[in-house]
Amino acid sequence: MTTLAAPAPHSRLARLSDYLWQHPKQVLIAMLILPVLWLGVVYLGSLATLLVQSFFSIDEFSGLIKHDWTLKTYQELFVPANLDIILRTVVMSALVTLASAIIAFPIAYYAARYAKGVWKALFYIGIMLPLWSSYLVKVYAWKLILAREGILNWIFTTLHLDGLLNVYLALPVVGGSSLSVSYTGTFLVFVYVWLPFMILPLQAALERVPTSLLEASADLGASAWQTFRHVLLPLALPGLIAGSIFTFSLTLGDYIIPQIIGSSRLFIGQAVYMQQGTAGNIPLAAAFSVVPIVIMGIYLWLAKRAGAFNAL
Amino acid sequence: MHSKAPWSLKLAAGLGLAFLHLPILLIFVYAFTTEEKSYQWPPPDFTLKWFGVAWERSDVWEALTLSLKVASISTLIALVLGTLCAAAVSRTHFFGRETISLLVILPIALPGIITGIALRSAFNLAEIPFSFWTIVLGHATFCIVVVYNNAVARFRCISGSLIEASMDLGANSFQTFRYVILPNIATALLAGGMLAFALSFDEVIVTTFTAGQQSTLPIWMLEELVRPRQRPVTNVVAVLVVLMTLLPIIAAYYLTRDGEHSAGQGK
Repeated sequence: MTTLAAPAPHSRLARLSDYLWQHPKQVLIAMLILPVLWLGVVYLGSLATLLVQSFFSIDEFSGLIKHDWTLKTYQELFVPANLDIILRTVVMSALVTLASAIIAFPIAYYAARYAKGVWKALFYIGIMLPLWSSYLVKVYAWKLILAREGILNWIFTTLHLDGLLNVYLALPVVGGSSLSVSYTGTFLVFVYVWLPFMILPLQAALERVPTSLLEASADLGASAWQTFRHVLLPLALPGLIAGSIFTFSLTLGDYIIPQIIGSSRLFIGQAVYMQQGTAGNIPLAAAFSVVPIVIMGIYLWLAKRAGAFNAL
Repeated sequence: MHSKAPWSLKLAAGLGLAFLHLPILLIFVYAFTTEEKSYQWPPPDFTLKWFGVAWERSDVWEALTLSLKVASISTLIALVLGTLCAAAVSRTHFFGRETISLLVILPIALPGIITGIALRSAFNLAEIPFSFWTIVLGHATFCIVVVYNNAVARFRCISGSLIEASMDLGANSFQTFRYVILPNIATALLAGGMLAFALSFDEVIVTTFTAGQQSTLPIWMLEELVRPRQRPVTNVVAVLVVLMTLLPIIAAYYLTRDGEHSAGQGK
């Protein structure tokens, strides 16, 4: 090799490559155009058409949609029957979130602090499997469990505790003619289905708590409860909030669980489904679906202020 | 971390995990029951016959095929769009970067019913008839985020110097992509793709709004849940669905496991 070979004449591909390297902006636009068209135009466009319709109203006589701007449909949300639906859904979401947090905490804490090696992997899979396994299959499992002839009643009868169950079912609000048509049933299924969504962010937050802080707290004479209350809980709070975003939002919008297991009283999701389907009242359905959006908007804003997004 | 877990914590964690797993295991028992008219517990006797009956059911096969087709195509679309978004967001800083990540997360952050009804009313307004493709459109929309999350996490791990080194050594953009970037993100994409597949395969809420007459497997399940026709067949299908989602999840776990070990600086 006496002379350096002249640079090979640029192939078309190489020239294109050079062009791309010199024009990062065009590359960026090329990369983003498809996703932005899909999400920004198709998806956001659909959302916008839905929201716009909430400002229309339905003609009571003809049942046709009147395309005049009005807040009449929103006023309908404040009719006692509809307000009940909203209130019921929000209370249920809050209770489900609270219960999920209580059940999730020990699992997440054990997985984060004590599980090692194989156990760590088992815990991880043990949480991921229920998270990803079929939603409907999970609901179906509870239909089997809560059925009158099912396993739960069988356990109560075998232990001679069926009297206790009947007393519970006779209670106002939480009871019903059987567990599968009571609020308690709906609540149990919601907690079951959304629990993994609470465990994961909580575990992520707990893994970041330095063990030395807990030991220091104990060394300084705090009881286990005091350490939990004043050290662990505040540090885990972002994770709890992150998890609660999922459990709260998912409960808020679900319409299948209360339809399959629960009383005939409606939740927001069911109201939306009914209004757009059988009732054919798209404006009211749209107005109803604004409710979870607004609630979650406020919730997310508060969560962001509490710094929960770092735990996601 | 030398202390041992207090027994109360062990008990609570164990009970919690049992609460998560026992209900699903129960379905496996029910798949073998001889009782066909009710959900009687304990099962009077056990049989394998329902597996044969389910095998013969053409409606189950049709639903399964449709679900597999929808999930495959939605996953492909999500892989392309999700990776593009992730690459753009992680490699460059540009105006509206936060907006893009919000946009990607939105379809899964909003309740499914809102995504569903929004798409449905848009299809109605645009007079697009419901078909296989309307289902795919809905599914791909919320699958993007899964691929995106996996890819973004991996892109963050690839150091920029790797790409610069490749370019310095004379590789063009395409070669760099083919030989440096792709091998690095491949497992993350595979994992994201599998999770997207599982998500689409299982989706019911958006599908009820974007499907016409077709029924995917979850829609078939939903109909059986609301109006049970043949309970033992439903039990068998439920077991099948559990097993089918199990495999991609375990595979995805093994694929991303190494990445998580190296990325575990947060601990």
